[in-house]
Parts: sequence; C-alpha cells; structure tokens
Amino acid sequence: MIAPAQPDLVTVNIDGQEIAVPKGTNVIEAARLVNVDVPHYCYHPKLSVVGNCRMCLIEMGMPAVDPATKAPIMDPATGKQKINWIPRPQIGCGTNVSPGLHVKTTSPMVKDAREGVMEFLLINHPLDCPICDQAGECKLQEQATGYGRGYSRFVEQKNVKPKRTQLGPRVTLDDERCILCSRCIRFSKEIAKDDVLGFVDRGSYSTLTCYPGKKLENNYSLNTVDICPVGALTSTDFRFKMRVWFLKQTNAIDTESSVGANTVVWSREGTIYRITPRRNDEVNDTWLADSARVLYKAVKAADRLAATETTEALVARAAARFQSAPGANAGVGSGRSTVEEQFLTRHLATALKASAQLVSRVGQGDKLLVSADRNPNVRGALVTGLIKTLPAPQLTDLAAQIDAGKIKVVVAINEDLTAAGLTAAQLANVSIVYLGAHANATSAAAKVVFPTLTVFEKSGTFVNQQFRIQKTLKAVPAAAGATDDLVVLAQLVAAAGGAALPADIAALWKVIATEVPALATMTFANLPETGLVLDATPFAALPFVEGETLHYKPAQPAVAAATA
Amino acid sequence: MFDFYFEIPLVIRLILQGLAVIMVIFPIAGACSMAERKVAAWIQDRPGPNRAVVPWVAWIPFFGKFLQRLGVFHVMADGGKMLFKEDSLPGHVNKFYFVLAPIVAMIPALTTVVAVPFGAYFDGAGKLIPLGLAPFDIGMLAVFAVSSLGVYSAILAGWASNSKYPFLGSVRASAQLISYELSMTLAVLPVFLWVNAPGTEGTMGFARVVEFQSQSGFLGGMWFGFLMPISAFIFLVALFAETNRQPFDTVESESDLVGSFHTEYGAFKWGLFFVAEYSHMIVGSGVFMLLFGGGWNPLPWVSLATAVDFLGTFLPFAHAPLFVGILSIAIFMGKVLAMIFFFMWVRWTLPRFRYDQVMKIGWQKLLPLSIANLLFYAIAIALIQK
Amino acid sequence: MAVITVERKPLTFLERTYLPQIAGGLKTTFKHLIAPKKTLEYPEQRPAIPVGYRGVPTLVKDPNGREKCVSCQLCEFVCPPKAIRITAGEIPADQADRAHVEKGPQAFDIDMLRCIYCGLCQEVCPEEAIFLQNQFSMSGYTRAEMVNHKDRLYELGGTLPDAHHKWDKKKAAEEHGNAH
Repeated sequence: MIAPAQPDLVTVNIDGQEIAVPKGTNVIEAARLVNVDVPHYCYHPKLSVVGNCRMCLIEMGMPAVDPATKAPIMDPATGKQKINWIPRPQIGCGTNVSPGLHVKTTSPMVKDAREGVMEFLLINHPLDCPICDQAGECKLQEQATGYGRGYSRFVEQKNVKPKRTQLGPRVTLDDERCILCSRCIRFSKEIAKDDVLGFVDRGSYSTLTCYPGKKLENNYSLNTVDICPVGALTSTDFRFKMRVWFLKQTNAIDTESSVGANTVVWSREGTIYRITPRRNDEVNDTWLADSARVLYKAVKAADRLAATETTEALVARAAARFQSAPGANAGVGSGRSTVEEQFLTRHLATALKASAQLVSRVGQGDKLLVSADRNPNVRGALVTGLIKTLPAPQLTDLAAQIDAGKIKVVVAINEDLTAAGLTAAQLANVSIVYLGAHANATSAAAKVVFPTLTVFEKSGTFVNQQFRIQKTLKAVPAAAGATDDLVVLAQLVAAAGGAALPADIAALWKVIATEVPALATMTFANLPETGLVLDATPFAALPFVEGETLHYKPAQPAVAAATA
Repeated sequence: MFDFYFEIPLVIRLILQGLAVIMVIFPIAGACSMAERKVAAWIQDRPGPNRAVVPWVAWIPFFGKFLQRLGVFHVMADGGKMLFKEDSLPGHVNKFYFVLAPIVAMIPALTTVVAVPFGAYFDGAGKLIPLGLAPFDIGMLAVFAVSSLGVYSAILAGWASNSKYPFLGSVRASAQLISYELSMTLAVLPVFLWVNAPGTEGTMGFARVVEFQSQSGFLGGMWFGFLMPISAFIFLVALFAETNRQPFDTVESESDLVGSFHTEYGAFKWGLFFVAEYSHMIVGSGVFMLLFGGGWNPLPWVSLATAVDFLGTFLPFAHAPLFVGILSIAIFMGKVLAMIFFFMWVRWTLPRFRYDQVMKIGWQKLLPLSIANLLFYAIAIALIQK
Repeated sequence: MAVITVERKPLTFLERTYLPQIAGGLKTTFKHLIAPKKTLEYPEQRPAIPVGYRGVPTLVKDPNGREKCVSCQLCEFVCPPKAIRITAGEIPADQADRAHVEKGPQAFDIDMLRCIYCGLCQEVCPEEAIFLQNQFSMSGYTRAEMVNHKDRLYELGGTLPDAHHKWDKKKAAEEHGNAH
C-alpha cells in the first residue's frame, strides 16, 4: 500500500488541499501527508486492508463530466468544475486515490458517521479504563474524545465475556474490550506466518480465540499487543505494572542480533518497564521480536557486578598488570560493544601492542527480525578497524599462545572467555582484566574487574547487518558501583601509554571522525533517528553469516550458507 | 516587741533589709513578665498562658485550677528554663565585656531601690519616719545618677557582641536615654522648687515630697500630679523612653534590629537583662508615684495619717507602727503595680515610634515644653512662696 | 479614569498632640481586656469541621467492605507534590466477591510531609475511593511515621455510602445478562 510499483503521481483534493501522491496510496495515507487525521482502528499500514471497523468513513466525490461529451461540467457559483459527491460515506482505508478525487473529512455527514460508529463500538465496551493497561495510549479513548458523542444512550446491560484469557505465554486477552478489528489475526497470518488466531461466534457473541490446541506463542506474539488499538490484548509481563503516562520514552536499538531493530525503552525513575518497537521502514517496519523485549531485565539482574574500589584504583592495578608483562598482552573485544567502545578497544590494543579479537556468536536466523549473527555490532568492529577478518566462535589461537606462555595478560571486554573455549586452567595461567556488567566465570577468575554498564544505561552506536549505523540512547542512570565503559577504556588507554582520549561521547566522536574515514562526516548528535547506511564495499569479500531477514538480503548467499 | 531587731549591729541589719528588698524585687520582676503575657493575651481576647501546673497544686480543689488558669506556674517554668538551659558564649564576642554587661545592667537597677522609700510609720511622737534602705536627702539625685548608668550595660552588650544589630541597638539606646534624661530632670525640678520653700532645710529626698502631698487643706492635700500635670506628663513620657517601653521601644525593635543589644545573649545572661528592665520599670513607677502620685497616701486629700486615724476608730491596733508600716507599703505597692499595668496597657495599645520620631519628640517637643514648664512654675512658686 | 482629589483637612492642635488618639486607643484595648475571650482551647475544645473540609486524604471501602481503589494511579499522576505512591497488583480470579475488579493496590503510600491537601486526588478518582476527610492534625517523630500506608489509609477512611455499586452491577450482568 505504501510503496507502489510505479511511482506515478496522482493529484487529489483533501479538505480543499491539493496534493500529489503516488498512485495506489489509500485515502488515509494521502490525508496523513496533508496532516489530516482520518481516524481508524482496523487499518494498519503494514497489514492488509479489511475495512471492518468503519471508523475511517469519509465523504468523497469525482469531478463531474458530461457523460456524452466527456467535457467538464462547470459550477456557475464557483467557476470551478462541479464535483459529484457520492451520497453515502466511503471507507478511507479501502479507497485508493484516483486522479481528481475529492475528499471531505470534516463534513456533517462524516461527523455523524463517526459518532455513530463510536457509539456502536462503545455499546459493549466495558468501563475498564481505570484498570486497563491500554489507557493513555488507547485509540478508543482518543477517538471517543475526538469524534465521539460525549454521552451514552445505552441503558441496557453490557455484554459479559471472559476477561483474562491467556492466549499464550506472553499475551493476555480481555474479550470484553475487543472491538473485533482483526489486526492481531492479520498480523499472525501475514507477518508472523503463524495463523493461530480467529473469531468465533456471531454478532455480539463474537470472540477472539486461538485455534483449538494451539497457542499464540511465536516469537512475535507481543506485536499483537502493540497493534491492538484497545486494551483487549495486553502483555502479561507488563500487565498492571505501570500506567503508560508515567513512562519516559527513550529511543534505543535491539542488541539481540545484527538486525538492529529500532526500539523505544519505557522507563520511570530509573526502572525500565517495557520495550516496544519503533517504526523504521528500512529495518523492522513496526515490529519487534518478543525476545528483544525482555533484554531490559539485565539491568536489574541479580548477577550485576558492583565495584568496591574507585575506578582510578582499579585502573592503577590494571596498569601494573600491563607493565608486569610487556609484549605479552592480548585483548578480547566484543561484538556487543558500541562503535565507540570498539574504537577505544582498538586504541587500547595498539597501546598495549597486543592483538585484538572478537568472539562470534551464531544462532538460527528466523528470516524476520532475528538474524543468525547474534552479535549486534561485528560490522562496527570492522568499520573502526578493531578487526580485519570475521571472528571465530572459539579463541583457539589465544588458547595456544597462553599454553605456550606467550600471553600473560588478557583484557576481556564483555566476553566470557570460558564460553569462547578457554579452560579454567588457561584462565588461571594469565592475569585477566575484565570489563563487564554481569558476573561470569571470567569475572570470577579475573585479577581486575571493572563493573560496566548494560546497553540501556549508556549511549552509543551500532552498525547492523545492512551497514546501517544507528544510535541508542541512555534510558536509565547507571547502576550503583558501575562505570561507563567509555570512561574505563579511556583511562586504560591512558594508563597503557596510549593517547589521551575523551570519554564523553560527543567529544569522542570528533576523534572518531578524524581517525575512521567511513565516519568522517558524522557526529553523534546529527545521526538521524533511522540511521545512516555506510559504504559496505570494503567488506564485500567477507563471508557474513546472516541469512535473509525482513529488510536484508545477503550479498553472497552461497558463501554464507557454506560458513553456516 | 521588735526591739531585739534594733540591737543587731547596723551593718547586718542593713544587709538583711537589702536582701529583703531584693527578695521582693526579683519575684515581682518575674511576675511582671507573666503579667505582661497575661495582659497582652487579655487585650487580644485570648486566655493567655494557662497550662503549666505543679501536680500537688493541681490537687487543691478550685484554687489550684485558678492558679493554673492564671498562669503563675509559667513564671517558674520560664525561670527554670532560663537557669538550666545551655548558657552559650558566641565565639565572636569580646568575652569579658560580654559577660560583664548583664551584671552592669543589674547593678543600677537594684542600687536605685536604695534611695526609694516604700512606706512609712509614725514613731511615738507622731513623727513620720519613712521606710527605706537608705533614706538620705539626695534621693532624687541618687536615682538619676545611678539609673542613668544603666545605659552602660546596653553599650557594653552591644559593643561586646561584635555584631551589627546589637551595635546599632546600643547606639540607639544611648542616644535615646541621653535625649530624654534632660526633659525628665527638668520636669522634676518644679516639684523640688515647691518642696524646698525658702527658709526650710533643702532636700532632694522623696520623703519630703510625699510629706508635702499629705498636708491639710485643698492645695496641701493635692497630689503633685494634679498640681503640676505638665510635669507629670513629661516625666511619664520620659519614663517610658528611659525604660525602653512601647511606644519608645526602638532600642529593641524586633522588626528592624532582631533583638537589639541582647540579640547574642541567651539563657541566664539574657534573663538578667530582662529582670533589669522590669526592675527599672518598678523603680521608675515608684519614683513617679512618690513625686506625682502621693506616695503612700491612699487618696488625694486623704493622707496616711488621716487614714490611720479613721481606721483607729474601729481597729484598736491601727496606730501600731507595724500595722502602719505594712499598710503604707501595701498602698504604695498597689500604686506601683497599677502603674506597671499602665505600662503594659500602653504597650499593647500603641505602635512603636520611628526612631526619627523618637528624637523629634524628645528634642523638639518635650525639651522646650519642659523648659517652659520649669520657667512657669519657677515664677509661680516664687510668687506664691514669697 | 477620573481623578478624585481627596482633600485632607489639616490636623487640629489636639490631634497633633496625638493624645486623644492615645486615649481612644487605650479605651479600645481596655474594652477588649474585659471582653469575653474568643479563643478555642484546642485539645479540649474542637472546632466544628465544615462540610467539604479537606483534611488528611484517606482510602474508603464500599458498603460491602470491599476495597474500592483499583490502583489506576490517576491520583499519583495528578498529585502536584508527588505525595502518592502506588504499587499496582492483580487480584486473583478466585476471590469471589472481587473477581471483576482484577486490579488493586498492593501498596498505597501517601507521604503526608509532601501532601498539600489540595484534594485533586479526590477529584480525579474515577472509583470514588479516596477522600479528604475530617482529620486535620497529623504528627510523628520520624519521616517514616509521616507516610500513611494502605492499612492506615483504610483505617482512617472507613466506609462511605456508595451510589454506584459498579462491581455489583457487573456481577449482576454476568449472572442474568447477555452472558453466554
């Protein structure tokens, strides 16, 4: 609906404003371009049109022509071509534009139609707003206020339906609130390809249910909650936790895989309550995997590390380790670090005259929003020059060097070395300087541990599989006892004898712009919300592991398949 | 009956007398602070302090409750608090003078009592003997001389406090005291001109003044307050100013000087200033009553002797010196307390004068008036007593 | 605007002496000295609380003794000094008399050191569960004591008449309405 095959432009008139829109655009989208709001429930720009809510009724007409001569009929009163208005309202979502189409969205007939539709929708809608999680972001509330009658004529008893059905492990259904728009059904069928939802019964008995014996348990089930215009589908995790109007929204990036889906992090007073998708038509449309929505639990996890010493004291101890074994240092960076951290890691490796490597993390791609590469920022390490080749899942080289006694000190950043193939004996043979947010076998074996931040507590950038650099912002303040990775890394670089680098992200980007050619024209502040696509040609020869996802097609599918 | 008393050596006797007077003045000063609060409350339609009570007094049926409602135990509570709270010494003050100031305040306040007779009795010969610690002839002069020393305490306190507001307050205090002392002295002179008639032994003592107000006849029995109303008025106004009472409260004006010279003081040292102020008031009221209010004479044209004679018609012991002494002291104290009530009444009625107004009233109004008053009475007395 | 010139009469000699004014003032204050006292002696004598008085905010129960608050948090949102803190929670479906309510407060704290007694919480409450009632004096020795928790709020609030019986209606609708 949005992107027509042929970008032929069609001129239409909406509430008196002329606008040229691509052919195939429907009236709701065309009106949106001239800032006219056509209220709707069932229509969703990324789903098929069904036209069953009737909220987007508009009045429309075509310029009059003489049937016989095809000559325009002029209106003597205005001197313009006469418009033949259709005597009954039409739905905006199901009407694609045609040349000369005239639309009225504020006429008395439209107003009447909207009031009528609102009244029917509200007849059986329960007065649950005080306890409904959707309150505050509910289309029914907004449009009842904007287009409703303002009072109720319904004196009969309302319908009673089941109020807390578990559709799946993460979704709760309240049937009374459902307005039968079928968005969730269409999403499951068209996007998630898991057609488990449907309506049963007729009339006021219509009820949304799962197919018998099935559950709404695919990894995209929570998108149905996002697109539900009312509070019928609610997230079991977020249910009754917090009212949405208290929550602060911070734009962030999903770091579970290299797709880099755009997200909004909702927090209040330093506590994150939920993560929802942010529309980016080039990356994730309006969707987000369920697995990406629970990542925030890492912020308040029980195994968070907390410092008992000042960062300066820790840096001094780390510096002593570095100097105790000159030339025998090694660095293990992370594909989960931000571009800025990887840039500083590269400087640290240079200062220590050490090799730097990443650990690859490969899973099963779902062809939608979770890719095979579970590191969100391997391409960032390539762009900043931290690594030249793709990382391997096991650190076999490092293990061999430790066994040979060539490596005495290992700086591990956010990576558990035992998971990357090092044995406990090998860890015991070297001094480990560990940077990370959570405790693991490596932090337990480490001589110096810097507790650092989760991705929700810091700002930074990630380069996704499309070589699109996107920024994520700090949603909540740093946990007590944890220090920003940038601060730790900048101090370590200085302690290792490297250049003095700023830990402030804006100042650091000035250094990055001078040293990384691909990022030369950018600053952190002017990076757009939807990201910027970098030139991928220098890395075209590398065998990336990702398969196809929603908006990504691998350049060399054969090579990727061979690697997988 | 009391002859043994006169056999005690004079020094010890005087010390006993002095202690007795101090024992009376101190509680009265304390009671005055309570009375001040009560009068303030009543004028403002409030009941005033009425909560504190000593348990065993509360057990007395009716009377205990009455005393509690009257607030008398608040005096004890206040005094106890002042005695026992921490007596802090600020770090920035001149320690020696800071401690000296409240002591200096008490000295003139108590010393002036010496010169003030507070009653009288008749000896065997029917001669009036005034009761006082030291009934010497220079009474008025002594009072003026000693009471004006009180300003030194204000100056000492203000200067030693080493702080802005106390200093301003003490400067104001000294200027105000000097300004009104002139008028006060001039206002008193006609009284002594009258008393010291040609041919009599000259005196500045109060006893003679009271004696003059207890003569027979219309003019003789008239109190000086009626005979010399302007003098009395000037003296009264000057007395308000000298004791720093409203409406001449500029020295302590809380709104612009916080607490004036005693801003930095607390606990018992502050309490001494407080007692000194009330002692000043008591002595000042006493002097006023002696000069213009007939002293221990119960009513105008009714002298103490007349009253005693009248009582003698139905009280056999009316002429006993002890009874007369007590009666005269009671009458005099009654008048002084009435005067103190007047002080308080005025305080809760009038607003404070601005400092420039205080100076203007003192120098431009009161002083010329008192000079004219003096001239008028000097001429008048010269003509009458020729 | 018309300019009105107010003519000030020059003061007479007597007025300039200020003495008649002093006498008048003394007369006035003396009248008050002997007039009956107007003070209310507080702990023993209590003032009559007028209707609509805004005292300490409290939570009330409905006539069936059920919690009315559904923890919608509108009062927390509207509270200007942010005195109210609510932790919401789900009411289990097996609670027979409250199964329809679904949501209720697990914790409901009003910090009376912050409360400004504005009454916006009462005004905004869609369930008529929070009321500013007659209690006007609150004191404590610690900050923690000055925070009214849920139990205390219900103890202070008691039960008020309820004209709506919303949950009863809901139950009735389920029992003989258009349920299936």
